Amino acid sequence: MSAIILFMATIAAIAGWWLSQQRLAAKPWLEEGVAVDFRGERGSSVPPAKIGLGVFLAVVGSLFALLISAYSMRNTMVDWRELPLPKLLWINTGVLIISSAALQWSLLAARRSDDEDMLVGLLVGGASAVTFLAGQLVVWQQLNVAGYVVASNPANSFFYLITALHGLHLIGGLVALGRTSAKVWRGAPMVQVRLSVELCAIYWHFLLLVWLVLLGLLTGWTENFVNICRQLLT
Amino acid sequence: MVDIPLDQVAGIPPAEVGEVELYHPRSWWTRYVFSQDAKVIAVQYSITAMSIGMVALVLSWMMRLQLGFPGTFSFIDANQYLQFITMHGMIMVIYLLTALFLGGFGNYLIPLMVGARDMVFPYVNMLSYWVYLLAVLVLAATFFVPGGPTGAGWTLYPPQAILSGTPGQDWGIVFMLASLILFIIGFTMGGLNYVVTVLQARTRGMTLMRMPLTVWGIFTATVMALLAFPALFVASVMLLLDRLLGTSFFMPTLVEMGQLSKYGGGSPILFQHLFWFFGHPEVYIVALPAFGIISDLISTHARKNIFGYRMMVWAIVAIGALSFVVWAHHMYVSGMHPYFGFFFATTTLIIAIPTAIKVYNWVLTLWRGDIHLTVPMLFALGFIVTFVNGGLTGLFLGNVVVDVPLSDTMFVVAHFHMVMGIAPIMAVFGGIYHWYPKVTGRMLNDVLGKFHFWVTFIGAYAVFFPMHYLGLLGMPRRYHDIGETSFVPASAHDLNAFMSVAALIVGFAQLVFLFNLVWSLFKGKQAGGNPWGATSLEWQTPETPPGHGNWGKELPIVYRWAYDYSVPGAARDFVPQNEPPSGVVAQGAHP
Repeated sequence: MSAIILFMATIAAIAGWWLSQQRLAAKPWLEEGVAVDFRGERGSSVPPAKIGLGVFLAVVGSLFALLISAYSMRNTMVDWRELPLPKLLWINTGVLIISSAALQWSLLAARRSDDEDMLVGLLVGGASAVTFLAGQLVVWQQLNVAGYVVASNPANSFFYLITALHGLHLIGGLVALGRTSAKVWRGAPMVQVRLSVELCAIYWHFLLLVWLVLLGLLTGWTENFVNICRQLLT
Repeated sequence: MVDIPLDQVAGIPPAEVGEVELYHPRSWWTRYVFSQDAKVIAVQYSITAMSIGMVALVLSWMMRLQLGFPGTFSFIDANQYLQFITMHGMIMVIYLLTALFLGGFGNYLIPLMVGARDMVFPYVNMLSYWVYLLAVLVLAATFFVPGGPTGAGWTLYPPQAILSGTPGQDWGIVFMLASLILFIIGFTMGGLNYVVTVLQARTRGMTLMRMPLTVWGIFTATVMALLAFPALFVASVMLLLDRLLGTSFFMPTLVEMGQLSKYGGGSPILFQHLFWFFGHPEVYIVALPAFGIISDLISTHARKNIFGYRMMVWAIVAIGALSFVVWAHHMYVSGMHPYFGFFFATTTLIIAIPTAIKVYNWVLTLWRGDIHLTVPMLFALGFIVTFVNGGLTGLFLGNVVVDVPLSDTMFVVAHFHMVMGIAPIMAVFGGIYHWYPKVTGRMLNDVLGKFHFWVTFIGAYAVFFPMHYLGLLGMPRRYHDIGETSFVPASAHDLNAFMSVAALIVGFAQLVFLFNLVWSLFKGKQAGGNPWGATSLEWQTPETPPGHGNWGKELPIVYRWAYDYSVPGAARDFVPQNEPPSGVVAQGAHP
């Protein structure tokens, strides 16, 4: 359970830092009037949707941290047989990086109010995300053909489960991205779409990060890394 | 105090909100059914939760009938008994208490108490309810599928949860897991709303340290639930795959019905870790909103400011954080390393400190207060007594050496029913009696309310107090029929019969409560805007029940904390949060 504990400690640190800004040592029974409310104490000027996305990412992060915890507990058991990762997985990873970069580009375009570049970025981002998902399906197909079916070994089960959950989150993102693109297409004012584009970009970067962590886990690099750290410490 | 012109302060929402920015229901359907108004969603959540809760209540009658009079009722066999305990536990913990506290109380009270017009994402909020309803329907459907609902116990431990021999192995368990997955998705949608509304939609002057403790409790519980429910989600998905696709996440190599099963190598302990990583915070997800509600009820009905408000807030936050590092105290008998058990026993006992602070503060709030024994106050007092009682047995069970012999006995059942069954439901009832006038504009009937309280309170003790004793005798839980054993004397069977009769009576008292809810809706005394003389914002709405957008044209401005009761020199014995201090009236009212 060390992965989830580590994750929770991070969340606790962020929550603790935030709480430390909230004057929790105030004595509200002595303070009357509105003046005490000012100077950064009232919620920030960050739009609610962005805060909402942040909280949601914490939830998704917790989900994947738990999966990683389960993975690292299960893979120490005797029946675990690593499955060979198809080369295509690396290409898929590249495509996902392109997708994330395209959305970042779109966001930069949105910041300088460049309609066309923004739309191009969104479409390239969306198309490459779809390509990534298709690539993942091909990986599944390849593994299936090679006999690594979902129930034949826990390593396979985890591989399918982890890639499926990651893919589902990306599909959810694609719905949001589609709505944003449609808004841009219809020519909605820049102030309205800028936030949507930003939220999509944040979500994409997050899913890319999650994917890289998961890939490290699936390839066993994380394990090697942890082992090296452990040897250094002891 | 520094005077700053109000409109120069960045990040503070304007007092007036243009009509276009609010959600407007256009038809009967969007007003009462597919509504995006948090108040309507709250009522929907509450009615759904209480309806499925009634099913769980009837199930508890069935269990008590069997335990009190074994062999008398031919319609309860061993399989059905297991199905009843499973569904009773699951419904009560998740579909009733969690949904009612967060979906019901949370939706109604958060926007009103922090001075917002609605939740920040009304559409997502509406979706949250409908997904929850779907989860409830899928759960209810398990009663009608072939083989009936699962009988795996509410913890759904593998391997037995998905093996033949456990009732509901075909369909019941699949529906159960699907329903849990839906519930978590629905809850996440709602939870995002509650958190972001508290963070971003508070009105002017409403600092975190001026929020009523109810909001603090619900807010912290929601944060915990958002982080803990993914554990149940992961566990449910993996168990579902084990059941449907034959994977072996949790399933060890075993012989099933005389044949080697298709499973192999998995770890049931892994499931226990995931389940209890959710399961323990779940206790506090239910308890923290109750703590908050009780604090407000006690302060209001004792006409006294809450004692140690800051400590109360810190304790809520501390309990929330600590509850994530105690989960393995549910697993002392799983064969864990002794040091591991020692660690978890220590963290478990540390939680007693902030919890005790809260209890002392409630008692000190009551101390020399002007106590009005209204129905909400009676339930609040009932909560404190019951919670202390359940908390003390928690100290027993938190210690490894004491827990091991008591594990899987009726003592454990008595403990958790006291601490997270009776106590939170007392807070629910107290909260309903307290806020019903705001929701409907009418008071609940006082005589029926007092009858409801005394029968429930005394009856619940009659059921669960003797149960501790049965547990100490060694009577195991989850057994359909204890039969003839040397260690359970005949008097214990009489005690069981007594408890069953008490349980039936307590159940009927809840029907009186439901009757009161419906009857008072039409015939109850008109309540007026603030029948209890309370200070928090929800009682200061221009209309009762609060209208569309909660606050007329302008949002309220908050000048003080929520507990200014019996302030020396004040005209009344309460000062509402939005009442300006003398001297700033002109500036405050029209910025």
